[in-house]
Amino acid sequence: MIGMMDKALRHVGHLVVDGIWKLGTAGRFTGYVLTRSADSLRRPQLTLNEIYFSGTLSLIIIVVSGMFVGLVLGLQGYETLKRYGSADALGTLVALALVRELGPVVSALLFASRAGSAITAKIGIMKATEQLSAMEMMAVDPFARVLSPTFWGGVISMPLLAAIFSAMGIFGGYLIGVVIIGVDSGAFWSQMQANVDLRDDILNGVIKSAVFGVAVTLIALFEGYDAPPTAEGVSYAVTRTVVTSALAVLALDFILTSFMFTGV
Amino acid sequence: MEAATGRFLPGCCVGHLGVPRSFPVVQREPVPINRSTLPPVSADDLIELRDVEFRYGARAVLSGINLRIPRGKVIGIMGLSGSGKTTVLRLIGGQLKPTHGTVTVAGQRIHELSHAQLYALRRRMGMLFQFGALFTDYSVFDNVAFPLREHTSLPASMIRDLVLMKLNAVGLRGAADLRPAELSGGMARRVALARAVALDPMLMMYDEPFTGLDPISTGVIANLIRRLNDALGATSILVTHDVQQSFDIADYIYFVSAGVIVAEGSPETLRNASDPFVRQFVHGETDGPVPFHYPAPPYARDLELRDGS
Repeated sequence: MIGMMDKALRHVGHLVVDGIWKLGTAGRFTGYVLTRSADSLRRPQLTLNEIYFSGTLSLIIIVVSGMFVGLVLGLQGYETLKRYGSADALGTLVALALVRELGPVVSALLFASRAGSAITAKIGIMKATEQLSAMEMMAVDPFARVLSPTFWGGVISMPLLAAIFSAMGIFGGYLIGVVIIGVDSGAFWSQMQANVDLRDDILNGVIKSAVFGVAVTLIALFEGYDAPPTAEGVSYAVTRTVVTSALAVLALDFILTSFMFTGV
Repeated sequence: MEAATGRFLPGCCVGHLGVPRSFPVVQREPVPINRSTLPPVSADDLIELRDVEFRYGARAVLSGINLRIPRGKVIGIMGLSGSGKTTVLRLIGGQLKPTHGTVTVAGQRIHELSHAQLYALRRRMGMLFQFGALFTDYSVFDNVAFPLREHTSLPASMIRDLVLMKLNAVGLRGAADLRPAELSGGMARRVALARAVALDPMLMMYDEPFTGLDPISTGVIANLIRRLNDALGATSILVTHDVQQSFDIADYIYFVSAGVIVAEGSPETLRNASDPFVRQFVHGETDGPVPFHYPAPPYARDLELRDGS
């Protein structure tokens, strides 16, 4: 009995020590990425290439998903509002739901699955095939040349993708609510214009998506960089990126929402 | 930088080229040798490792390495897998720092350099990795152009000429537009070699350059290592298991075993050495100081045999 307890305590101890160790290395990694940012930002083409890799190549999934989320919101929103005789407020409901929550959160989850996993796989394979080591031995700092530009590419892409997601969602809500169901077009747009605040709603949504962009891109980079240099190691790292990013986005969303929208 | 490589956070014969082999021959006892009383490094030596120890946690990889690498020569570092050969290369390249001892390259203690100083020194080094480590997103041309674009402000036309010259030197000028995935193992290794010598380094390091290559490709790479070294006036360190090729092109060879240098000398001397480890390694004998069997309990006990059964 004592032996089992001893074993269990050791196991917990190892988990705690490993967790602290990983947090420390992740912190150190983040420090390297940030301190090498000046070098990479001096060469904007590197960051632009990464915006294409993370952002442009994620456009299709963001546009299609945004459209479907907007269509569903339009349907569900209309059915609910109709009960209270407020179907004209459909535009407000769709816009607020998207700009405040669904746009930043769902696009961050999609970004983690599409771009985050691709970043982890790319960095993991570059490490496993010694491309990062080769770069170092050519006196080219991989943090300045690859990791920092990828980080900034993700951070810049994320708010843009969230904005596109929200815009497509609103368009989807308009299609269902106005074009198909027949809600008054003037009421749809004017109520939205009157009730969506630039600072409280849109700016807070942009801040959220930027924070999610930082979190998801850092997790993806770190997991790729920390991956054991084997096929299995990279595959596990990709999985960890998606899972950890999703949990981080949802947790951060709760924290940010409690500060931004509830006055806590 | 240790961060990028650790868990956190590169008609062949020397005689034909007329390269002198004027080293003294030394045969060592297969035990760590304390040479901390060595005289100061000579101006002819490009690299010196003095009393170098390296550990991964509690596991000692190198324990008391002393070696010198003179300028202009091709030096072989040979030994079994896991004996610490590649670690020696990584210490010389500054990718790892010794736990104890000093690593001096071109008069600078590489493990004491700042990030900027280390990178300045690395611009004068080239490394050929075991499988080439080509950038898979880039074409052959862009791979070779990479160091030139990163470290020089030469016009595109001049970079193009230089890249084609380097590729011509390794016989692959016609492959400039191919992608790494379209190359054979031997071709990839030659492209990586062209990239490694793009900036005309003073020091070339080769990490298992013959691994997985057919005999013709192996001969081509060996020939190129020797020719490029002499043409560039560089110094080369060749880490390999390949006895035949390394004995053909190296001027001097160090044998590493279990983290220490157990023998050294010219290829001729080592070929005829009486040391049991060197004999076993050079002649590929299956049993000797390096046993065929991994340590195990008695065979009969594992098979659960009783007396008479």
